[in-house]
Amino acid sequence: MTRVTLTRRQLLQAGGTLVVSFPFLAQAQSREAQAGPPPADQIDSWIAIHADNTATVFIGFAELGQGCSTALLQVAAEELDLGMDQVRSVGLDTHVTPNQGGTYSSQAMRRGGPQVQRAAAEARQALLALAAERLQLPVSRLRVENGVVSGSGDDNAFVTYGELIGDRRFELAFSGTAPVKSPASYKLVGRPLPRHDIPPKVKGSYGFMHHQRLPGMLHGRIVRPRGQGAYKDGVQIRSVDASSIAGMPGVRVLRQGNFLGVVAPREWDAVQAAARLRVEWQQPASLPGNDALFARMEQSPPDDRIAREQGDLAALAGARVVSEFTGQGPYQAHAPFAPNCALADVRADSALVLCSTQDVYGTRGKLAALLGLPVPAVRVQYFEGAGTFGHSCWDDAAQAAALLSQLASAPVRVQFMRWDELGWDTYGPAHLGKVRVSADADGKLLTYEYEGWQHHWALVETTEQSAKGTPAAEWPAMAAQQINPLVLGGQYRIPHLKLLNHHVPGVDYLKGAWLRSPLDLSLAFVSEQAIDDLAFQLGLDPWQFRQRNILDERWAGVLDAAARAAGWQPRPAQSVAGAGPLRRGRGIGLGTHLASWGGAVAEVEVDMGTGRVRVLHLVGAIDAGRVVNPSNVEHQIIGQLVQTASRLLHEEVLFDTQQVTSTDWASYPILRFADAPRVTPVIVQRLEEPSLGAGEEVMAAAAAAIANAFFDATGKRMSAYPFTPARVLATLGRV
Amino acid sequence: MAESTTLRLNGSVVSVTSTPDTPLLYVLTDELQLQGPRFGCGLAQCGACSVLVDGRELRSCVTPLAAIGAGAVTTLEGLPALLAERRQLAQVPEFTPLQQALIAVQAIQCGYCSNGMQIKATELLMQNPAPTEAVIRSALDGHLCRCGTYPKILEAIQRAAQAPGGAV
Repeated sequence: MTRVTLTRRQLLQAGGTLVVSFPFLAQAQSREAQAGPPPADQIDSWIAIHADNTATVFIGFAELGQGCSTALLQVAAEELDLGMDQVRSVGLDTHVTPNQGGTYSSQAMRRGGPQVQRAAAEARQALLALAAERLQLPVSRLRVENGVVSGSGDDNAFVTYGELIGDRRFELAFSGTAPVKSPASYKLVGRPLPRHDIPPKVKGSYGFMHHQRLPGMLHGRIVRPRGQGAYKDGVQIRSVDASSIAGMPGVRVLRQGNFLGVVAPREWDAVQAAARLRVEWQQPASLPGNDALFARMEQSPPDDRIAREQGDLAALAGARVVSEFTGQGPYQAHAPFAPNCALADVRADSALVLCSTQDVYGTRGKLAALLGLPVPAVRVQYFEGAGTFGHSCWDDAAQAAALLSQLASAPVRVQFMRWDELGWDTYGPAHLGKVRVSADADGKLLTYEYEGWQHHWALVETTEQSAKGTPAAEWPAMAAQQINPLVLGGQYRIPHLKLLNHHVPGVDYLKGAWLRSPLDLSLAFVSEQAIDDLAFQLGLDPWQFRQRNILDERWAGVLDAAARAAGWQPRPAQSVAGAGPLRRGRGIGLGTHLASWGGAVAEVEVDMGTGRVRVLHLVGAIDAGRVVNPSNVEHQIIGQLVQTASRLLHEEVLFDTQQVTSTDWASYPILRFADAPRVTPVIVQRLEEPSLGAGEEVMAAAAAAIANAFFDATGKRMSAYPFTPARVLATLGRV
Repeated sequence: MAESTTLRLNGSVVSVTSTPDTPLLYVLTDELQLQGPRFGCGLAQCGACSVLVDGRELRSCVTPLAAIGAGAVTTLEGLPALLAERRQLAQVPEFTPLQQALIAVQAIQCGYCSNGMQIKATELLMQNPAPTEAVIRSALDGHLCRCGTYPKILEAIQRAAQAPGGAV
């Protein structure tokens, strides 16, 4: 399905017929539309009711394969009293959809849900007022079903939404005051409805970003070293030998500063030209390499902040047991299954950019600055790419396409190659953590100290850095990544606690950004192993030890749900003697991201001879408040569990002192089909509570569970992941 | 004037002008505007670009057009017609049994890998209508999924294999 870009007015006139397949209409329409965002304080910015008694809901969140486009329509249809076949949404577009902020931190249902819910409730209220007038009945006597308003007890008096307002504007301020339905009366919310994007995805008719085309379009490829160096060094060209690709049909080499690319009418020519173009790069040996990474991070100049402090750590003197643990989490890549793709048509006074950004408005601002255009002159449209799980190269690809289009004076489609995406990703940053925890003779947690080292996220994309010489820069301190108190002891009642954040200067390292459940896997990997060790030292079952110290009923809910679904029988870790080369173990863990609650149980198998680890089964339980679509959340849990197994067992960005060397699926392996664990998703449904995030909140718990299961199986604790055979054998003392 | 090559594709014969060294993937996506096979790595490592040639799965991103010769290419778009041909159905169904199963168990997240998964599973099911779980896992091991849907794809293939009359 190719999306047609209409103005809101045209859309209203068209009655929402958005399935017309006409690939080039986007271009034709784009110059007339009004620069957005549409005003958030107007109902018309959110809801349009059509003459055929259907509705278009304008949603500012990106469908990333998580199903939010279906779930948000459920919320809207629920409040409007429409059926799911009567509602649709449109693609994200800075000229069409409201600015609800970026689709990150699992915010679609948490922040977006209530906005859509209130807008729909207010639209319904306005429609009922119109119906009351039309039917000459008080609003209190009206009932609505599938957009048909009737007088209760009088089946002859009815009118449809479409008849009341069809394709006309509400012209109504969005006050946010209309009452919303009580959860007890929900008909759609809370039901596992099928996602509307799945059938076209299965058939191959779904229009991914990679399928979008514009007339007169050239194919572009970027040319960079295969693998980034230190962020501050960016890309540095010594020389370009254009004669190395002389004679390739229609190929042009385009350059601005240190930004280099090629364009060609045929894609294969662009691919070959980018590969063959002879370039000499300046590549300083500024990086520590994997081997010296954590030592250098720990020696960074002090830039410290206390993330949380309570009680008095001197209480440690009264502890019965103490556990100290140091652990490391590697750089990991977003590694979307398809590298990012973007398509841009930049003209003298305007730009249209199609890309897979999770934040169309944020991307627009950066593009405007890069292109030297006023922000309203830049239009950004979102098209789904492969699952991205955070800030992969979508901004960089959008900027590269826009710049190549500007330089070529033609529309340009840029497809990052696999090595561009893996080698120039903004990775989930590495983390070094040191924890000391203690418990008293009653098995109650007493003190908790954590120190964490990591850098922030990159602010400047490589395209901009290369083209304009903009210096590398990190996010401002308070907006950036810090250690997360919810994962570091926040699951438990702990009287004495101190969390210390050490900021490492990120421009000296690889580019960083948010990767699904940012930092939490590393934090839980370190912290929950120490908690587990206390239980072990006390001779207690790790589930029961956590129950004894649990903070509140929400944490207890996911802990118990995961343990029960796993059929957990209480016993201390390492209390079943293993024999033979294959050892099995089970582990439990708790964690989350910024909201919601996650609990997990893992069963692993360790080959003591080869060091190979398999995750056999993962149970993941999430309490995300009111789960609008349980099927979606179950699939999100499954994805998180499998991805966590991948990240714990396989994933690590490799680099030497000059550059990243993980540039394909052989040098950046992920979990494969044959080794996929059995998974059991569990939802702790709380319809009366607000909806929270469910897209990344059980990964920390699952990472901890896997690590603790390894201990149960072997009696040894892994201090770093991924659990590669070499690292496992070293831990087991077998090498 | 570029020379043209004929290609047997999804039950038809089409004429294309891409040079013989062009990987089949770019012929299918750019010249023929198909959406099934798609770019993933360009290295034959992931399976995003897979097609069937005479019933065998092939990575189109590293296979030059010239290497296809008289082989019959089937893409994702052609799977329902392939089913109809094999079963001698009067009408081409909208979805294959595997596609119905993928929808029924909601096995898709981003869906980008689904092309390769379906192509490979179709090859498997044509050779082995009732594969064990271990056989399915092994057969599909060359196809990556970043979203982590492997367990659901496995479930869908098992379900399709039990469809009345088989999956393919």
